[in-house]
Amino acid sequence: MSTRRQFVKQGSLLTSGLLAAPFMSRANFFSGSDDVIKVALIGCGGRGTGAAMQALMSGQNVKLVAMADAFRDRLNDCYKSLTADDLSDWTGKPGNLKDRVQVPEENKFTGFDAYKKAIPLADVVILTTPPGFRPIHFQEAIAMGKHVFMEKPVAVDPVGIRKVLEAAALAKQKKLNVVVGLQRHYQYSYRELFNNKKLIGDIVAAQAWWNNDGVWVNKRQYGQTEMEYQMRNWYYFNWLCGDHINEQHIHNIDVVNWFKGSYPVKAQGMGGREVRKGKDHGEIFDHHYVEFQYADGSILNSQCRHIPGTMSKVDELLIGTKGSIRCGQATIQDHAGKTLFAFDRQKENNPYQTEHDELFAAIAKGEYKFADAENGAKSTMTAIMGRMATYSGQVIEWDKALECGLDLSPKVYDWNAEPPVLPDEDGRYTIARPGLTKYF
Amino acid sequence: MRIVLLLIVLSFSFLTRAQKDTAFSAKNILLPNSSLTYKMILLPAGSFQMGSPDKEAGRKKDEGPAKKISVSSFWIGAFEVTHDQFDLFYKDVTVSQDQMSDAVTRPSAQYVDLSWGMGKSGGYPVNSLQQRTALMFCRWLYQKTGEFYRLPTEAEWEYACRAGTTTTYFFGNDAAQLKNYAWYKDNCKQGYNKVGRLKPNPWGLYDMLGNVGEWVLDQYDENSFTTMTKTKDPVREPTSKQPRLLKGGSYLDEANAVRCAVRLSSKPDWNKRDPQVPKSPWWLTDAPFAGFRIVKPAVAPSKEEIDAFFKKYISN
Repeated sequence: MSTRRQFVKQGSLLTSGLLAAPFMSRANFFSGSDDVIKVALIGCGGRGTGAAMQALMSGQNVKLVAMADAFRDRLNDCYKSLTADDLSDWTGKPGNLKDRVQVPEENKFTGFDAYKKAIPLADVVILTTPPGFRPIHFQEAIAMGKHVFMEKPVAVDPVGIRKVLEAAALAKQKKLNVVVGLQRHYQYSYRELFNNKKLIGDIVAAQAWWNNDGVWVNKRQYGQTEMEYQMRNWYYFNWLCGDHINEQHIHNIDVVNWFKGSYPVKAQGMGGREVRKGKDHGEIFDHHYVEFQYADGSILNSQCRHIPGTMSKVDELLIGTKGSIRCGQATIQDHAGKTLFAFDRQKENNPYQTEHDELFAAIAKGEYKFADAENGAKSTMTAIMGRMATYSGQVIEWDKALECGLDLSPKVYDWNAEPPVLPDEDGRYTIARPGLTKYF
Repeated sequence: MRIVLLLIVLSFSFLTRAQKDTAFSAKNILLPNSSLTYKMILLPAGSFQMGSPDKEAGRKKDEGPAKKISVSSFWIGAFEVTHDQFDLFYKDVTVSQDQMSDAVTRPSAQYVDLSWGMGKSGGYPVNSLQQRTALMFCRWLYQKTGEFYRLPTEAEWEYACRAGTTTTYFFGNDAAQLKNYAWYKDNCKQGYNKVGRLKPNPWGLYDMLGNVGEWVLDQYDENSFTTMTKTKDPVREPTSKQPRLLKGGSYLDEANAVRCAVRLSSKPDWNKRDPQVPKSPWWLTDAPFAGFRIVKPAVAPSKEEIDAFFKKYISN
């Protein structure tokens, strides 16, 4: 594993998501005799269904051949969506994708080990389960020599991050393309802002926001084991989700890392639960405010909040010596407010589709072009460091956090096994308390 | 809940070819669970030339051949529905958020802020919503007040917008005047603006052109004018989810795309950045210009007719 500092030196190459020299070899890219690219979908929720559809719409000869999910009903809903008669509502094109979905009953796998059965059947795997499973799924996919599209975040704890970093190094050795769903890297407005970032000089400060009303809750149902309940209501448990600073706000934190070309060396912050007080709100916070510091002393002020009725804002602002980049507006201004660059919004793409268009085009051509996993892991680590800071009130240093051994995963993956956190007699979970919660 | 109606009769005079010194009734509807009101104006039955003449600058083929259409009397909102007004429904915790229910349901939370920082509270028009969401707001109003509201048909909308005029805009053909009546590309300053800040049309309706585009009831069809045979109260009933129809143009449009006759067909890519499938049936990630105003037929339909209406127009 490279150290963070070595990584920073090569940062611009790797964090841009594009590698310079395409590696040409068709031999080990296809398991079939023709040019069909076989895909396995691991995690069949709403995002997984969307990602599968985008892979099938990528313009290459892609077929979905295997599906895996912990839950059969989720898998069924996904299969029904993908094989619907008319997908024009979602794809924008008349017709359907039925001929591209070739998943016989024996290739539909459910349960915690479903991924192990689905991955060998494909050339490319899509990893879209809750993030707690990402490290083991990614390790397996790379070990099996598969190209990967995986959603963000890529882990929920430092131990998971280290697994992803190891597998990322192996993916590079094996020349396996890896795209991570930090889709702003694939959005034209962000790419153009990045290409013009010199206009603001050196970045000296940044702000990032993900403030909105929050997400769904799946209430406890009669007859569920504790493991099933937590899996169904996964957003509220850190071993599955990593808290919303990790699950959503990572997007904005990652943009700042990308434009800075480096990762923060330490973090301190505050957070808590103002409205998430119910029994179905597990253990996560509803707000975090973190001061991330980079090696050059510059600060990213990051805030994320899930409280209905408050100011909503999802955006990033980068402040440089000569001006500022306003990502949401897709403009660059000088300090007098004069516009130096404005992206033409008519030219905006659908980044969720572009991720797959570019990945599958590279695979079809036998090119090695994408190595997003390392940045995915390090931006995820940034968010985890932020969570550790708000939970504890301690100053959290990058190197120490990465090596601290914090591992939230369950000992056993089974419907009747004990999850890593359990409710008390009132059905409530232990919540982190700054000052009492400590990592070092 | 009984609704309190403040009847304010406004009188203002204007000139059209057909009428002089007409005073239309206006009323402020008190919205449920609040002190907020929504102003509506009663338009008389009448007829007008719908669509645009062949020679109109900026005309698109789907705007004709223009034909004479008549509409029954109806009340129409003087303003686009605002975020503050819409939020009474959106944040009504007594209403379920189950999107598959047959009952009145309310929108799920937006994944990101779909006002995109243009402004919410204080009179900004609600935006980024699907036609179905606007109709659900009407259904919620009906449930709460017992009064039937809906979106205008395309014919009603254009009748209201033209307000007795026959020109490109309701103030004539001179695009240089547009800035006094409509927020559009040249004067909007990067986004929509608070409703009712510019001059109204001759019938007292604000922001009919520009600001946010407004959903109407009809299914969009580029050949509507040739295939629709009905000339009294025509409406093209939906046979599929797409495409639906926005009228009036928006803050993003050039002057020649905010004319009375302009028709904008909805497109699937208006929701392209929704990462989930199924996509949200409520919001649009890539149509910040989509808003609405509501109407109320002067003669209320029966309960059965109303139930049938919502069943037909709001499908899950």
